[in-house]
Amino acid sequence: MSILDMTACQLAAAIKNKEVTVLEATKAVLAQIHEKEEKYHCYVTVDEEGALAQAQEVQKKIDAGVLTGALAGVPVAIKDNMCTQGLLTTCSSKILNNFVPTFSSEAVLNLQRAGAVILGKTNMDEFAMGSTTETSAYGETKNPWNTEHVPGGSSGGSAAAVAAKECFYALGSDTGGSIRQPASFCGVVGLKPTYGRVSRYGLIAYGSSLDQIGPLCKDVTDCAAIMEVISTHDKKDSTSVFREDTDFTSALVEDVKGMRIGIPRDYFGEGLDSQVRDAVLKAAEVLKEKGAVVEEFDLSLVEYAIPTYYTIAAAEASSNLERFDGIKYGYRAEGYEGLHDMYKKTRSQGFGAEVKRRIMLGSFVLSSGYYDAYYLKALRVKALIKKAFDEAFAKYDVIIGPVAPTTAPKLGESLSDPIKMYLGDIYTISVNLAGLPGLSMPCGIDSKGLPIGLQLIGDCFNEKKLIQTAYTYEKSRGVFGRKEDR
Amino acid sequence: MAKQYETVIGLEVHVELATKTKIFCGCSTAFGGEPNTHTCPVCTGMPGSLPVLNKQVLEYAVAVGLATNCTITQYCKFDRKNYFYPDNPQNYQISQLYLPICRNGKVEIETEKGKKYIGIHEIHMEEDAGKLIHDEWDDCSLVDFNRSGVPLIEIVSEPDMRSAEEVIAYLEKLRMTIQYLGASDCKLQEGSMRADVNLSIREVGAEEFGTRTEMKNLNSFKAIARAIEGERERQIDLLEAGEKVIQETRRWDDNKGESYAMRSKEDAQDYRYFPDPDLVPIVLDDAFLDQIRAKQPEFREEKMLRYKEEFDIPEYDIQIITGSKHMADIFEETVALGSQPKKVSNWLMVETLRLLKENNMDPEDIRFSPENLAKLISLTDAKAINSSVAKEVFEVMFDQNVDPEKYVEEKGLKTVNDEGALRKTVEEVIANNPQSVEDYRNGKEKAIGFLVGQTMKAMKGKADPGMINKLLKELL
Repeated sequence: MSILDMTACQLAAAIKNKEVTVLEATKAVLAQIHEKEEKYHCYVTVDEEGALAQAQEVQKKIDAGVLTGALAGVPVAIKDNMCTQGLLTTCSSKILNNFVPTFSSEAVLNLQRAGAVILGKTNMDEFAMGSTTETSAYGETKNPWNTEHVPGGSSGGSAAAVAAKECFYALGSDTGGSIRQPASFCGVVGLKPTYGRVSRYGLIAYGSSLDQIGPLCKDVTDCAAIMEVISTHDKKDSTSVFREDTDFTSALVEDVKGMRIGIPRDYFGEGLDSQVRDAVLKAAEVLKEKGAVVEEFDLSLVEYAIPTYYTIAAAEASSNLERFDGIKYGYRAEGYEGLHDMYKKTRSQGFGAEVKRRIMLGSFVLSSGYYDAYYLKALRVKALIKKAFDEAFAKYDVIIGPVAPTTAPKLGESLSDPIKMYLGDIYTISVNLAGLPGLSMPCGIDSKGLPIGLQLIGDCFNEKKLIQTAYTYEKSRGVFGRKEDR
Repeated sequence: MAKQYETVIGLEVHVELATKTKIFCGCSTAFGGEPNTHTCPVCTGMPGSLPVLNKQVLEYAVAVGLATNCTITQYCKFDRKNYFYPDNPQNYQISQLYLPICRNGKVEIETEKGKKYIGIHEIHMEEDAGKLIHDEWDDCSLVDFNRSGVPLIEIVSEPDMRSAEEVIAYLEKLRMTIQYLGASDCKLQEGSMRADVNLSIREVGAEEFGTRTEMKNLNSFKAIARAIEGERERQIDLLEAGEKVIQETRRWDDNKGESYAMRSKEDAQDYRYFPDPDLVPIVLDDAFLDQIRAKQPEFREEKMLRYKEEFDIPEYDIQIITGSKHMADIFEETVALGSQPKKVSNWLMVETLRLLKENNMDPEDIRFSPENLAKLISLTDAKAINSSVAKEVFEVMFDQNVDPEKYVEEKGLKTVNDEGALRKTVEEVIANNPQSVEDYRNGKEKAIGFLVGQTMKAMKGKADPGMINKLLKELL
């Protein structure tokens, strides 16, 4: 097997067995980046020198027996909204075009402690606002399955980099589907953990009450291994929760006998592409054959998720993005007169259209006289959505459905109609509103040759049930990948 | 007859809490570091940083709330107040609007007109901003974030005060309560206590409130009193001239004795307050409140009553000593070490107050220890030093907290108790001052004072004046 075809866990095992060195693996993936970046543009920044240096350091520690974990020595890509000490971190925005953090995010530190080699920072929708990675100020990322299509977003660079073998796994962040949807569009596995499972310290916030960091990877085994490394209680993040159930690899068991699986009818209505629907239902059938108890149910409130999400996320974003003012770091406009003109010009020039749209939307819903009607009401609906899921999880272990209504759209089709783009988030955002874990994995290929995603949703902190179900399905489904790789 | 006006005043008081570290990060709150040395990613608003609440802030805020008879909000939250300014690193301040930590309190004040309650609308916790320094030379502004994130509580009163006298009494009451709690040193001049005055006037007997203004930049009790008088007159003049008071924020210039408008209500910003999603709601159970309650100190009123019963010292002394928690602590600890209360009180009331005044210091700044004061008192009790030497030693002790026993030993200041040596000196003084001796013998009692002084001078101050007196009288 060539190095690039290995999963993260396979590579780590090969390194451990001295079949491959960390440097060889790093050089191999850097060569792949050199070859493919022009075509896919997964990265904003590739840190070749840093990666090679880290590779040698990590190898020493592996040889010394200091690093023994399941991911030691494996090169990883990091979404560009996670701070990396000494390495440019832009959020794919012009306003952070020169921002080099003085500290690394906790999730990245956890990976480094486990012996990861950081390859660079992946492209994304600007400040994670978008579903296609086209709102990046540094150019669009292309879907490795078909370069005329988007990779999804906002973690499109991370998903595409995994699919294009420009890394062995990647970190993304998910506020309304930003890990799961690009994972679905690029045919890889992505997990949005329970809110509070992974520290947000060092993640440049979009919607603080919804943001969560998670893995994008080649298979469910890698997903479990990465989760074990990044799930730690962090005192620097007040919303981080202490949990003992972080032994995710123990859930890599091929068994769903008696597992109660619910299929929300509301997720299979109008707007869902028939090929996506068929593939998802077929996956449910597979699980049923494996012994799961599968039944349909009514989740309710699904139609309220999108307005609720865009009210809350935009409100938080409008405040979170205030700190980008040109004073302390980042881009500052030239030729301003006085403080307020500097703010105005810097932010007008530094932010892209989608970011400005959400800042305006968020400022509006928080403004005096509208706060109760929009923001407070949205918080109440959010609580109701959580309640609907609580009721569902009283009956089911796992809920399954599609990740997105369609497979990856063509480049340039989405941005002209933002409402349509927002509607594409319908199956993913409720999960963020309710703080639940959600896993996306490939379950088929449509007639255009694009991958279809299956979404598994669990109750809070029930990632292990998702992993067990996903692992069982993956075993039945068999190896999944692009034709050129098979 | 001219119309009679009543002044209606409410206060917003900011108090800087005496925590060692900032409200949402581990940086030091120490005053006076080099610019931007007490900073980290959190208090400079770096992307990706997150706030974590300092528990001590919560404890102080609850302690102040309990001491001012507030209802404690047992499910409370922090909110973001959004506004752009360079001293505000995130461009939002973390504060409390919707669920402040304390509500519906009251404190009793006493003025010449008698006792009265002043209502407290709420107390909330928030972070301080950084400081802007304008560099005229380079024509630019610099930001120092050392103050950014220093914990504050804002105590908002009801509009219950009617005069400057009541305002000062209320502020004194707050200051005393908070100092007793150790929650802040409450120094107006240094800005650890800041008061904004909301003032309106109305005709006596009217029920409706008039339009109010808010006055800022009040750095002393005197400035507050002057600002209240000035603003009352300004508003009366406006109304008498048939004009309207405009709701606005004004800045007091104490040197000129007048205020000027900073911004009107029309310019008021929409702060777009909303709950800070980075901080989880704070749930305070009864056990936590009981714990804080159990730790509440004896406050001034209780202390005064106890002193009256326990110590034989004048009421006036009690008032002054209990007027500072620090001074009261020194008093009590010194007495506990065995010194006579009256003597301890005398040292505090006379020499200590004099030196504080001369050095422009507050009682909170007293540095000498109760142990050293007790030693000094026992040295004088034992007549090991005389009173003028004791004062001299006390000055050094006040300044450097020296051990008086060691100091007296080292400097050789002990009273000479050798009667033979003293008698010899007295004889010499008598021989050298025939005029005074004659005056005394002729009935001029005062003349003996001169002779005592001369003897003391010859003894370099190290003699017991009583003994000199005795010897003089004997030899004359």
